[in-house]
Formats: sequence, C-alpha cells, structure tokens
Amino acid sequence: MAKVLVFIDNPGAALKKSSLELLTLARSLGEPAVAVNGELTDAVAASLAEYGAAAVLRPSAQDLNDFLVAPKAAFLAAAAENTGAGVVLLDNSPEGKEIAARLAIRLNAGVITDVVSVDADGTAHKSVLAGSYTTACKAKTPVSVLTIKANNVVPEPAAAASAPETVTVEVSAGTVPAARITAREQKAASGRPDLTDARVVVAGGRGMDGDFGPVEELADALGAAVGASRAATDAGWISHDAQVGQTGKTVSPQLYISAGISGAIQQKAGMQTSKVIVAVNKDAESPVFEIADFGIIGDVFEVLPQAAAEIRKRKG
Amino acid sequence: MEDTLKIVVLVKHVPDAQFDRHLNGEGNTTDRDESILSELDEYALEAALQLAEARGGSKAGNQVIALSMGPSGAVNAVKKSLQMGATEGVHLTDDALAGSDAAATSLALAAAIRHLGQVDLVITGMASTDGETSLVPAQLAERLGLPQVTFASSLEVAGGSLTARRDADTSSETVEAPLPAVVSVTDQINEPRYPNFKGIIAAKRKSIATLSLADIGVSPDQVGFAGSWTTVTSAEERPPRTAGTIITDEGDAGIKLVDFLAAQKLL
Ligand SMILES: Cc1cc2nc3c(=O)[nH]c(=O)nc-3n(C[C@H](O)[C@H](O)[C@H](O)COP(=O)(O)OP(=O)(O)OC[C@H]3O[C@@H](n4cnc5c(N)ncnc54)[C@H](O)[C@@H]3O)c2cc1C
Ligand SMILES: Nc1ncnc2c1ncn2[C@@H]1O[C@H](COP(=O)(O)O)[C@@H](O)[C@H]1O
Repeated sequence: MAKVLVFIDNPGAALKKSSLELLTLARSLGEPAVAVNGELTDAVAASLAEYGAAAVLRPSAQDLNDFLVAPKAAFLAAAAENTGAGVVLLDNSPEGKEIAARLAIRLNAGVITDVVSVDADGTAHKSVLAGSYTTACKAKTPVSVLTIKANNVVPEPAAAASAPETVTVEVSAGTVPAARITAREQKAASGRPDLTDARVVVAGGRGMDGDFGPVEELADALGAAVGASRAATDAGWISHDAQVGQTGKTVSPQLYISAGISGAIQQKAGMQTSKVIVAVNKDAESPVFEIADFGIIGDVFEVLPQAAAEIRKRKG
Repeated sequence: MEDTLKIVVLVKHVPDAQFDRHLNGEGNTTDRDESILSELDEYALEAALQLAEARGGSKAGNQVIALSMGPSGAVNAVKKSLQMGATEGVHLTDDALAGSDAAATSLALAAAIRHLGQVDLVITGMASTDGETSLVPAQLAERLGLPQVTFASSLEVAGGSLTARRDADTSSETVEAPLPAVVSVTDQINEPRYPNFKGIIAAKRKSIATLSLADIGVSPDQVGFAGSWTTVTSAEERPPRTAGTIITDEGDAGIKLVDFLAAQKLL
C-alpha cells in the first residue's frame, strides 16, 4: 500500500480539526505515517493511534521552532525518505505552504497548494484565479506534496486503532541556512471562531466608519468570525488579521455577510467562493451587489443591530 | 556609511485582475493579454529602492536589478520597474519556459540570479496575483541554499544581516538572517511610489538585458511543460455568481435579513 506522510506542527494539547482531516484523508490514500514537530502529549499520541497512524516520526532536534521553515522542511524530507512516502500532506497555512515548497525541492516532488480534495490516483482538485476556475492537477513526480485546505474532509477515526512505532529522524537545525526567530509576541485571542475556517463570517468595511461594534454584535449573535476589508484594517479599526481578500485571508464559509464594503476585486478574491453572500451597503451601485445572494440597500448602523436583535429574539 | 547593496527584485508580468482572466490552450495556462506588473511586486521594488536610497542610491554604487521571467510582454514589467527607479533590468525569456510551474520557475530564476553574480538580497512579492501560490520565494531560497524570510511587513539591513517582522495569526515574530537571503514582502511594508516624469525619462536610458536559457545554462527540458513537476489536467470555468434578491431598507431590512437566513437554514 502507498505510504502517506502527514506533517503536524506543534499539535499542542489536542489535535486540531484540520489535523484530523489530514489524517482521515491520508488513510483514504494509503498507509499513514505522521511527522510531528514540537511537544507530543499522551493525548495527542492517543489520537494519532485512533486515526490509524502506522508510525510517528520525531525530529532529533528540539529547536526547529526557533527558525523559519527550512529546518522543518529538512526534517520532513528526512521523514519522507525514512517512510518511503509517495504523498506528503500538510495544512494550507502560509507556513504549511512554505514548508511544502522547500520540501518539494529537496524531494524533487511536485507540489500542489490549496487542495480541496484528492482522488485515489493522487489527482488534486483546487480552484484558481480567485475562485473563477476549478482545476484538477497532478504531480508528475514519484512523490507529491499537497497542502490541504481545512473543512473539506469529515474527520473519522480508523476502523481499528493502530499501535504506531516511534521513529527519531536525525536533523540538525544549525546546518540548514535559515532565518532565526529572535522574538515572538503572542496575540490576544478574540474568543470568536477562527476566520479561515468559520462557518459564518461577518465582515465590515470603510462603511463602518470607525465603529466595528455592529459587526461584532451581529457576529456574536450568529457565532461568527469577524472579517474586514483592507480599508478597515488599514484605518486601524480592526486588526490586520481580520483582513479578507487577495492579501488577507481567503474564506469560504456557508455564509458571508458583507457590511459597508464596496466589493473591490481584491476583496472579492478572498470571499467569492462563500456559499451564501449577504451584502448591506447604502450605495445601490456597489459591485458587491453583483455577487450577493441577498442584498440590502441600507445603512449598516440600522440594519446590523436590528438583525442582531432579531436573531437573539428568535434564539430565545 | 553602510556597505552598498546589490539587490535583485523579482517582478512578474501578470494578467490584470480588473479584467476577466482565462485559462486556456496547452496545459491550461493563463491568458496574458491585458497584463501588468503584478501590483504585489511593486511593494518588493519599493522595499529595495528604500534600502538602496538609504545607502546613497545608485551614485554610491547600490544596485536594484529588476528581473522578470516571461514571454515578450514581460519586458513591460521590467520597464515599469526601471521607471520606478530600478537601476538595471533583466528579462529572462525563452519559448521553452512556457508552462513552467513553481518548481521550474524557481529553477530558471535561481540560474538567472546566479548568472548575475554575488547578490546581497533577493526581494519578491508575497504572491503572484495569478498563480497565488507563494511557492516561488521558498523554492528559490531552497535552490540557492539561502535563508528565506517570507511575508515581511518590515525590513532593515545592517552589518551583513537583516531584521524583519512577520505577522502570523496568533503571534508576531521578529526574525534575523545573515545576507545573502531571499525575502518576500507583504503589502503592509510600504506604499509603492508612482513613476514620475523624471523616472520615466531616466528609464529610457537604462538598459534591459535579455537572457535566454542558454545564457544561464539551463536546458529546455528542465523547464516549461517538460520540466514542470505538476500538470493541470483539467480546468473548468465556474459559472459566475449571479445577483440574487436586492431590497431597499424600509425600516425592517434587518428582520428580512433574518427571515432570509432562516429560509436558507443558516441560523
Ligand atoms: C495590492 C492590493 C491588495 C489589496 N488587498 C485587499 C484585500 O486583501 N482585501 C480587501 O478588502 N481589499 C484589498 N485591497 C483594497 C481594495 O482595492 C479596496 O480598496 C478595498 O477593498 C475597499 O474597502 P471597502 O470596500 O471597505 O471601502 P470602500 O471601497 O470605500 O467602500 C465602502 C463602502 O461602504 C459603503 N458605506 C458607507 N457608509 C455606509 C453605511 N453607513 N451603511 C452602508 N454602507 C455604507 C459605501 O457605499 C461603499 O460601498 C487591496 C488593494 C491593493 C492595491
Ligand atoms: N515569472 C516570474 N518572474 C519574476 N518573478 C516571479 C515570477 N514568478 C514568481 N515571481 C516572484 O515570486 C513571487 C511569488 O510568486 P508565486 O510563488 O507565483 O506566488 C512574486 O511576487 C514574484 O516576486
């Protein structure tokens, strides 16, 4: 059976849903082995077994987190060679893609990013040109490296848990040319769902005029993540992390509510694959209405609070 | 006075996203009519120009070389870079390059950069606005055996090393790397300048070197469709989104919005 290597970076106390998705996908393509960087708790080890990992590979060095990307790629390359993997799966975060990029050069492997599904023969499906095309791509090389977008696989434990063997892979961060991380500032958590894989996103733009209160209120009524246009993040009304679009995050939620956003091409690039789009804008000519399933020509400061109150009322 | 810098900026000629973009022909590649210098690469160029100017500019011997790989039209991306202030332009072009994926692109660009001799920094955009993969900078760094600093939102160079800031979702990082290095910059790093009249006139006198694969010692089967490690087996245009119901608020639009969500089972 084909060997499939999954990379999990710093799992923390419990595996993230996206990691469980990778493991589930890996089982559909062959026999999964897992390369784990960072601390591996008993709870995480137990989930890896539950999801059918045949082997768990660990780096000999503890300091991979002190460097940017290159030593992690070196670790993963060694792990791929060790397991004889034909497919390597990573998450689709910016860092996941970069590790994939360097890894692919080391393995002479084709790399495909932003993958939403993979066929048994290794054909990967993704959308390109800001969601205007769906394509099928395939690596021509013996090994393929794929970065998988979250929320496209339903996580499912293996029929029977495995008893993975643990393998230590020799890697020394110091010998790989890499940038060193000299300081890291943790950001405060918002308590809201993560923007990239939220089911519902409420996003505000310049029309919020410095006050994101109504956006946050509606988001909280819906249990949604908060997004923003670049105009709003550039103005400092909300953190840059909330930016949706070409140079921000790409989101594909079930529902995207756009408030006081005109719908420039760079904004659309990040949200037009959302299932349902609702737009609130006082200008009937705004391009956002061309892609909205439900559009309201109105004032965000009237419509958003009214909707939030109505939702709270209906939810009791 | 600081040491002078020799910086290569990678600039890509991409289809203008203001128009409909299409995939077609052999290998489903992007149509390149209506193409422009990728706006994200303007931030890379601006970052390079600021580093050079802080060291006395071209008069003091600093070099900012704009390098673009692509068909004949890509020379326009180089020209625009020269107008903005790059000191030299290089256009890598060869029929065999058509259809190159990130691996093949990074191979050709790495060879072209080596051809330019010792450089201190390679600066790129955060992503090309057509490919959107952000793979090239990391692959280039791996091929050149250099450290990479990607998605930099600030960049300083002093004493043979660079310091940059990166913003991730849960943390912000300060990173350091010895030169030479490959750096990709985000649209947060600066405000790119517009070419002014003086720049446009000055650009006319600057030379653009054209390189072929033979010039950089790459064989045609290492790049293009033949040398790429991935292939696009099919591409389907998504039906464009169509406008749905549009209403004008008459005092109850918030309630109608909730009715719509309820009908769509989105509550
Ligand atoms: C290289 C580059 C990258 C970029 N990347 C991104 C990106 O990733 N994401 C992004 O979003 N943008 C990006 N942009 C910017 C983009 O081009 C637009 O400038 C930006 O999206 C505009 O934001 P906006 O819609 O909030 O503001 P505007 O275009 O100013 O629109 C504000 C809207 O609010 C409406 N409005 C005002 N007041 C009210 C009210 N009280 N009630 C209802 N409606 C109201 C107005 O009618 C208007 O339509 C990028 C630009 C460049 C050059
Ligand atoms: N053909 C090319 N010519 C010059 N630079 C390129 C080319 N392709 C990619 N780049 C550079 O690499 C960056 C990232 O591109 P990509 O990996 O395609 O998203 C771009 O912003 C450019 O700076």
